[in-house]
Amino acid sequence: MSNNAMTGAEILIKALTDQGVDTIFGYPGGAVLPIYDALFKQNSIRHILVRQEGGAVHAAEGYARSTGKPGVVLVTSGPGATNAVTGLTDALMDSIPIVCLTGQVATHMIGNDAFQECDTTGITRPCTKHNYLVRDAADLARVVHEGFYVATNGRPGPVVIDIPKDIQINTADYTPPEKVRHKTYRPRVKGDLEKIREAVEMIANAERPIFYTGGGIINAGPKASSLLTQFVRMTGYPITNTLMGLGGYPASDRQYLGMLGMHGSYEANWAMHDCDVMICIGARFDDRVTGRLDAFSPKSKKIHIDIDPSSINKNIRVDLPIIGDAAHVLEDMIRIWKAGARQVDPARIEPWWRQIDIWRARNSFAYEQTDKLIKPQRAVEALYEKIKDRDPYITTEVGQHQMWAAQLFKFESPNRWMTSGGLGTMGYGLPAAMGAQIAHPDKLVVDIAGEASIMMNIQEMSTLAQYKLPVKIFILNNQWMGMVRQWQELMHGKRYSESYVESLPDFVKLAESFGAVGLKAETPDEMDSLIDEMIAVDRPVIADVRVDPTENVYPMVPSGAAHNEMILGNEAGAEAPQATDQGLALV
Amino acid sequence: MQDTIERHTISAVVDNESGVLARVIGLFSGRGYNIDSLTVSEVDRDNGISRINIVTTGTPMIIEQIKAQLDRLVPVHRVADLTVQGPHIERELALLKVRSSGEKRVEALRIADIFKARAVDATDRSFVFEITGSASKIDAFADLMRPLGLVDMSRTGVAAISRGPDEI
Repeated sequence: MSNNAMTGAEILIKALTDQGVDTIFGYPGGAVLPIYDALFKQNSIRHILVRQEGGAVHAAEGYARSTGKPGVVLVTSGPGATNAVTGLTDALMDSIPIVCLTGQVATHMIGNDAFQECDTTGITRPCTKHNYLVRDAADLARVVHEGFYVATNGRPGPVVIDIPKDIQINTADYTPPEKVRHKTYRPRVKGDLEKIREAVEMIANAERPIFYTGGGIINAGPKASSLLTQFVRMTGYPITNTLMGLGGYPASDRQYLGMLGMHGSYEANWAMHDCDVMICIGARFDDRVTGRLDAFSPKSKKIHIDIDPSSINKNIRVDLPIIGDAAHVLEDMIRIWKAGARQVDPARIEPWWRQIDIWRARNSFAYEQTDKLIKPQRAVEALYEKIKDRDPYITTEVGQHQMWAAQLFKFESPNRWMTSGGLGTMGYGLPAAMGAQIAHPDKLVVDIAGEASIMMNIQEMSTLAQYKLPVKIFILNNQWMGMVRQWQELMHGKRYSESYVESLPDFVKLAESFGAVGLKAETPDEMDSLIDEMIAVDRPVIADVRVDPTENVYPMVPSGAAHNEMILGNEAGAEAPQATDQGLALV
Repeated sequence: MQDTIERHTISAVVDNESGVLARVIGLFSGRGYNIDSLTVSEVDRDNGISRINIVTTGTPMIIEQIKAQLDRLVPVHRVADLTVQGPHIERELALLKVRSSGEKRVEALRIADIFKARAVDATDRSFVFEITGSASKIDAFADLMRPLGLVDMSRTGVAAISRGPDEI
């Protein structure tokens, strides 16, 4: 060991700094005190103190999704690590790059049921992309650099690095990042050119094509979104986005059919069903998209572009898989398309567009207009109209409000929409908004929330107060766990078992107790002025918007139904296919 | 796609680091895949490389998933489906304890001889036989030993390697 030896905690801080980390979300405890001591003595990394470790991971997710950089979390051993598990699982399901540093009891204590000990690597193995237990301070720098590489390359995901307390204190030499190269992990980013040529051929000759793109476009960076937009416009074909993919293509564009899936638009689901060529990029044929598998898009040839080979043929068998990064493959596609001087004959796809326009005319997101009650859809639309020119960052909790936000808020660019897609984690939106606001201090960040979800991480109001983060929490308060109530109404004989939230807090007083601004609206007029006031305040706001408690999210593909069998609301000319008995067993 | 259940022998070359076997087993249990047999051992000490051999069953789509899921584990270098790749050798070693006397004891020795099993332990009331071969050969041997006093058996699981000069 040379004279340059540093303690493990110092090595950690240096490694994080060399990885370009400027912010950590964390919570101290016994097993990470040496790291907090090292944090105290430096100025390059800002630590954001959350109020519960679960909030730290979601905040890091919000930071990561709004910036494209990995989010970093620091928590203590035992309960610190176990509280992080939901967030880690969330990040795994949604492919979000997170590096989570957990303290651990000293190496000689491991396995002895020491105070605040848990088997962190064992517990987090199935909910991380990879994890490490560091057993020697000399390995720490390498592991940290490797961890960042694994979290951010290929299909991104969460990485846990478990660091025993003695490793934080022991001294070793520092290994800089340029000396670290992962032994084996080399995800493929360039697609097979022969297959890309074949895909271009299929795309060029399609008569009823559709682009179906997801979170992979967002994860491949803003360049992928602009390449996608360019390519889709060159072809003149329709495109639909998944919940995770919103913002990957400008939502105001005529070629955009809206979100697809269980609560997707009528035109998007029908176009997916009737298409002859499906171009799936960075999406994974999730059950919320496919509905009943044997009835999914029966007439189409399917092209699937994905960076993760295990996404290919997992749920749906595809005709042409291409492994690679969305941006790289799109770049090659556009080049090959141009080199072949391809032109789509508008007359060939004109009948397809005519059909799509017929579906579109159903206006499947329509809802009843009334002056008395605030319709939740109207609340989202009013919010959108008033803030769309401010380039806002939107997060959500999970449930009906999330679906209305996804349906009605139009995203023109990537990294502006953060929602828990795969795991469906209630309580995601507030901490995620916190993380987005930390990353973009001068931007408008709004958590579109429900009154049930917001209670799940309400303690983070205290974090907003501490760091003066002017996050706006826009609660669509229907006094129900709305989505649970909707399923009980439609599928369980209106037996509303435990879905009514009694004893809700007074959200105005709650806001005030945390030093935030509380606002409340009970009529559409009040709501309009509430939104104006909310935007004007440079402080955190909880807006309690009392909405129609009986409203349902439509369209809805009932469980067990095919993806073109949608329940529609009255305003879209009600249709009501029934959930099947088999479907009742599905989530 | 036909839904026929196929049996495949898959080999994975992995870093010999702590937790790698737990990752593989967790992958199978978490996603509901079958493990008929699993063996693991270090094969290259200098480079810290282990080889895992897995015998599994599933539809062709599931088998494809198993390989893709294994391959995306970070410490996995390479995954090979020996069943698809072509000719390969599968061997398993088993130790069988047979407790009997008189005619049955003689018959046990006679059958062991036919199967080229070796007696590696003997008392006046028992033998331990060591047998090497394919899993089905060991099954057949055990079936014959059962009425002759088979009381205990220990099997290694399948080790497999491709035929010919190429690796894996």
